[in-house]
Amino acid sequence: MNQLWVRQIGGVLRLELKKTFLSRRGWWVYLLALGPVALTLLHWLLEMGSHSNRHSIGEDSLVFAGLFHFYFLRLGIFFGCVGIFSNLFRGEMLEKTLHYYFLTPMRREFLVAGKYLAGLASALVLFVGSTALSFLMIGRHFGAAYNDYILHGPGLSQLGSYMLVAALACVGYGAVFLMSGLFFRNPMIPAAVVMVWENLNPFLPSMLKKISVIFYLKGLCPVEIPIPPPFNVMVIDADPTPFWIAVPGLIAVSLILLIYSGISARQTEISYGE
Amino acid sequence: MSQDQITFNNVSRFYGEVLGINKVSLNIPPGITSLVGPNGSGKTTLMNMMTGLIHPSQGEISVLGIPPNQPRDLCRIIGYCAQFDSFPKGLTGYQFIYSFLRMFGMSHAECDQRTMAALATVGLTDARARPVAAYSKGMRQRVKLAQATAHDPTVVVLDEPLNGLDPLARAEAIALFEQWGKAGRHVIVSSHILHEVDRISDQVILLSQGYVVAEGKIHSVRSEVKEQPMQILVRCDHPGQLASRLFLQDHMVEAKVHTDGKGLLLRTTDADSFYLLLNHIVMDTGLEVESVAPADDDVNSVYQYLIGGEGGTI
Repeated sequence: MNQLWVRQIGGVLRLELKKTFLSRRGWWVYLLALGPVALTLLHWLLEMGSHSNRHSIGEDSLVFAGLFHFYFLRLGIFFGCVGIFSNLFRGEMLEKTLHYYFLTPMRREFLVAGKYLAGLASALVLFVGSTALSFLMIGRHFGAAYNDYILHGPGLSQLGSYMLVAALACVGYGAVFLMSGLFFRNPMIPAAVVMVWENLNPFLPSMLKKISVIFYLKGLCPVEIPIPPPFNVMVIDADPTPFWIAVPGLIAVSLILLIYSGISARQTEISYGE
Repeated sequence: MSQDQITFNNVSRFYGEVLGINKVSLNIPPGITSLVGPNGSGKTTLMNMMTGLIHPSQGEISVLGIPPNQPRDLCRIIGYCAQFDSFPKGLTGYQFIYSFLRMFGMSHAECDQRTMAALATVGLTDARARPVAAYSKGMRQRVKLAQATAHDPTVVVLDEPLNGLDPLARAEAIALFEQWGKAGRHVIVSSHILHEVDRISDQVILLSQGYVVAEGKIHSVRSEVKEQPMQILVRCDHPGQLASRLFLQDHMVEAKVHTDGKGLLLRTTDADSFYLLLNHIVMDTGLEVESVAPADDDVNSVYQYLIGGEGGTI
């Protein structure tokens, strides 16, 4: 027989997925996720049509690395997580439905866990899926050579790394924005602050660099993208965090944020501003 | 803390500098208790604190011995139908009730059985597969009632439960509340429809501007309002004769003969003395009395005397 808390978290997870996954309200999050897929699909179709050999697989791999660094990590996953996670509680407050959850005999910590897992499931499907599809499509026009690159070259390992980084980004930013949704009436304010902080990361002293999600994620990416001039002169180098610290470290920080959110949720009152 | 009562002990709640309720001490026994008061009097604050949705700024609350800061125990014995006409998006009536029952840790089969029973109780079995968003206002109110009581709570808290219900559904809901009250449950109802509150309540709590103005059985509350003479309607064959005898007494304030000539509406500051005197008059004069009934021994009158405002609805 399942433990009570497992059934309760399962109950929240099921309800949240039923309510939110592929709901019309999240259309802009789906656009964020599908944007790069559409772009790489277009790239494949155009290159198939032109039959030219203007670039190599290596160059496409570099383009994907740029797409991943500057679009997925800094825009798509970031704002996707803002949309998904900050609405888990704030959205219920705005729709005046949070009291239904608070009137069930479950620990608020488990409610936080259930909602987080539901948000994470959606974010992983959308953004890890989008990462994988984009990676697989960007060099598709090379045909057998690209298959060979993936199956017998570095492709599969790169794909795995990108998917892992995308997943960790969802885990980390998810925890950050779930917490901000609990504490702030307007989640865009903390989102803007976090975004500025994350984008300033290359220019921060090495101690401060470590207080961010992007620092650990960048270190895990298989292809590094240098900061272009003239900004490169302001970059402060720091030793990348080893894999065995970065991955558990990010997960641990996310867990700490979630535990803090759970404890705070205990004191949360229903105040719909009436 | 009493195990069979809901108790408020010197409870206050402030929203910043705004008063929600102030120094409220109450004991609510089983049965139907109505919270009556104008908008902003603190009814919803009281209900939200009872159900643990907000916390008191000071004082203690106990619901059958359980403090509201223990939601894991409290929410098993309490059901709250809040005033908000809002529902989780995209759910059918069945899914709405079923999904929150699952969070009680019940099995699928038990949730299904309870959901169907709750839907049947409020007459929504046939509409169970339709989205709640497509329900009429009355249906939404009924599905909320079903959701709040599907886990069979001992304490049922209902904030304006009759809103949006048509007369038939209203009568059915009231019958349901009475059934729950008779079964020994605590049913706490806030309503602004005073004559309906009056019909169903075992006791009332009158609130005004965050203070409890009066509490208890309506007859006791009315008796305490000494400054307002009691109104009594006597249906008899010679009301004029009765009026002339009554006016010899100091406690009589006013007497009006009914337009049909068969009744006398009187106001007295001493109802007990009046009843004694009436017995003597009947024996002396052979007056035929059809009925004697208090005319302002109801929530509406008590509300007007203690709080003011229009009768009927608040």
